[in-house]
Amino acid sequence: MTTAASVTTAAGADVEREAPRIVTRSGPGKLLADTWAVFTREILLTLRDPFTLIFSLLQPLIFLGLFGPLLTGAFGGGLGAPGAGGASTGDTLQWFVPGVIVMICLFGTSMTGSNLLYEVMTGSYERVLATPLGRSSILVGRALKEFAPLLVQGVIIALVCVPFGFTLYPLPALLGLVLLGVFGVGVGALSHALALASKNREWLFWGVQQSLLFPLLILSGMMLPLEAGPAWMQTASRFNPLTYMVDGERLLFAGRLDDPKVAWCAVAAVATCLVGIVVGIRATKKVV
Amino acid sequence: MPTEMIRARGLVRTFRRRKEVVEAVKGIDVDVAEGELVAFLGPNGAGKSTTLRMLTSLLAPTAGTAEVAGYDVVTHPEQVRARIGFIGQGNGGGFSYKVRDELHNQGRFYGLAPDVYRSRAATLIEALELGGLEKRSVQSLSGGQRRRLDVALGLMNHPPLLFLDEPTTGLDPHSRANLWEHIAAMRERYGMTIVLTTHYLDEADSMAERVVVIDHGEIVADAPPDLLKHEHADDVLTVGVASTDEDGVVAALRPDVVGGGEVDVTRRDGELRVVVRTAHGAERLPGVLEALRAAGLTVTSASGKQASLDDVFLNLTGRSLREEAAA
Repeated sequence: MTTAASVTTAAGADVEREAPRIVTRSGPGKLLADTWAVFTREILLTLRDPFTLIFSLLQPLIFLGLFGPLLTGAFGGGLGAPGAGGASTGDTLQWFVPGVIVMICLFGTSMTGSNLLYEVMTGSYERVLATPLGRSSILVGRALKEFAPLLVQGVIIALVCVPFGFTLYPLPALLGLVLLGVFGVGVGALSHALALASKNREWLFWGVQQSLLFPLLILSGMMLPLEAGPAWMQTASRFNPLTYMVDGERLLFAGRLDDPKVAWCAVAAVATCLVGIVVGIRATKKVV
Repeated sequence: MPTEMIRARGLVRTFRRRKEVVEAVKGIDVDVAEGELVAFLGPNGAGKSTTLRMLTSLLAPTAGTAEVAGYDVVTHPEQVRARIGFIGQGNGGGFSYKVRDELHNQGRFYGLAPDVYRSRAATLIEALELGGLEKRSVQSLSGGQRRRLDVALGLMNHPPLLFLDEPTTGLDPHSRANLWEHIAAMRERYGMTIVLTTHYLDEADSMAERVVVIDHGEIVADAPPDLLKHEHADDVLTVGVASTDEDGVVAALRPDVVGGGEVDVTRRDGELRVVVRTAHGAERLPGVLEALRAAGLTVTSASGKQASLDDVFLNLTGRSLREEAAA
């Protein structure tokens, strides 16, 4: 319902003006509504262009198809996969699939800032900031947009691997994906902060993102087991939050909820998320 | 009696550039009443956009206070943003999105119900001549069309107060005029208070009811454009006289004839060139010509130039805004 108010301008004209649409929400309701508003805007382009999603799905499947047999041949049954007594494809997949799902989460959410860079340059990010949206909702909404397609990809990859001997434990795997989502929001928010810090210097964003991504990936034991690596790598991996995510995800995708590593995985996810949001909000306030 | 939409006191903003502290805004006090159209005028780097960004809560002041639409910009930024429209220097619409999508997204950002934002978007599409472009991507629009979309985005929440930061920069003269027509029409229709920044003198002169001249982070003048020109600059009358009698010209142009203005007489091409600097030049010109004729002098030519806001800026700062903009 629109109401009208009579306004006298400085020039002396009486103008019938529609009352402003002022919607003031607060608390969790506002956080959710704002996050949803940001998420639906961001995901729109992905939904309009499903080919991007299909091609990005092919990449990890090809990776899995080519890398999996190599791992089976190279390490035999020494991957620590539950029940691994030989070098079966199923054992390898059980070890490798959770790692690939974490990898696509890391790659995808760390790209959050790349889309932002473009919007900062053109001016639409500033327009979004001038609305009453909460800053944390802008960060979380954008990161969730990157995570949502990855969630679909993760589920499809897991299902595709089942006929090849991969055992899916739905509920623990679902918990694993939720924790990955929390972790992804944190990585996305950090990527957002990096994009703001790199404003007008796109090369800086890509330089830092690429320089951090691969050491984190390798030092997490995501692609290759670290047990065979030198001691310094094993020590360094203990300081990498991604290590705890990978360890926990492997256990959850193997149906194990009772291992303390699952709790450490949850701690790493929540800590990354909190640090990301705090750093992201600070970057937003500083740069704008 | 109009109420106050903006009340800012002692606004300061400093930036740290490497090891140097730059004071972009140095203690600005400004009030804007409901319904006013106020232009912040100044050269690039004067501090006008920084001031605007503080008033829109996009940038926290280093010191000072500002209340916008009844709320403090530091303690209640979201309340401020719910009550304002903001059109920045860049293009507000995401380039990959369609025009209608962005208007609907904007409505959702303000928490509007779907039926409300759809209806509002349809009204603005029609009012801002964006009909037929709804399904076009923002990047496929012309510069003028994108700017009209920016205005539509800024009005989605029925803001009582609209901020425009350099709204016509980069547009060709036709698109500039067209955009201003639309902004004026929207103001007429919705009775908004408008605060804008510009370095275009003609825009500030013709559109604004009040001009706040900002230079080096400080307000150097604040008044309606005509009053500024009256107080800080003179009209210039140039008259050619077929004579060499300088004293006769000076005697004819008594202070009451030139309104207390300044008279310069120089010889050029065998005649005298008389330059009179005075307020209300157009009203004075007939009296000046009559006084010269009454003194038996023959007038060969006469022209007048009204004082401009550039003259005001030149007199206040010693620099030409037009030349700085061209540099």
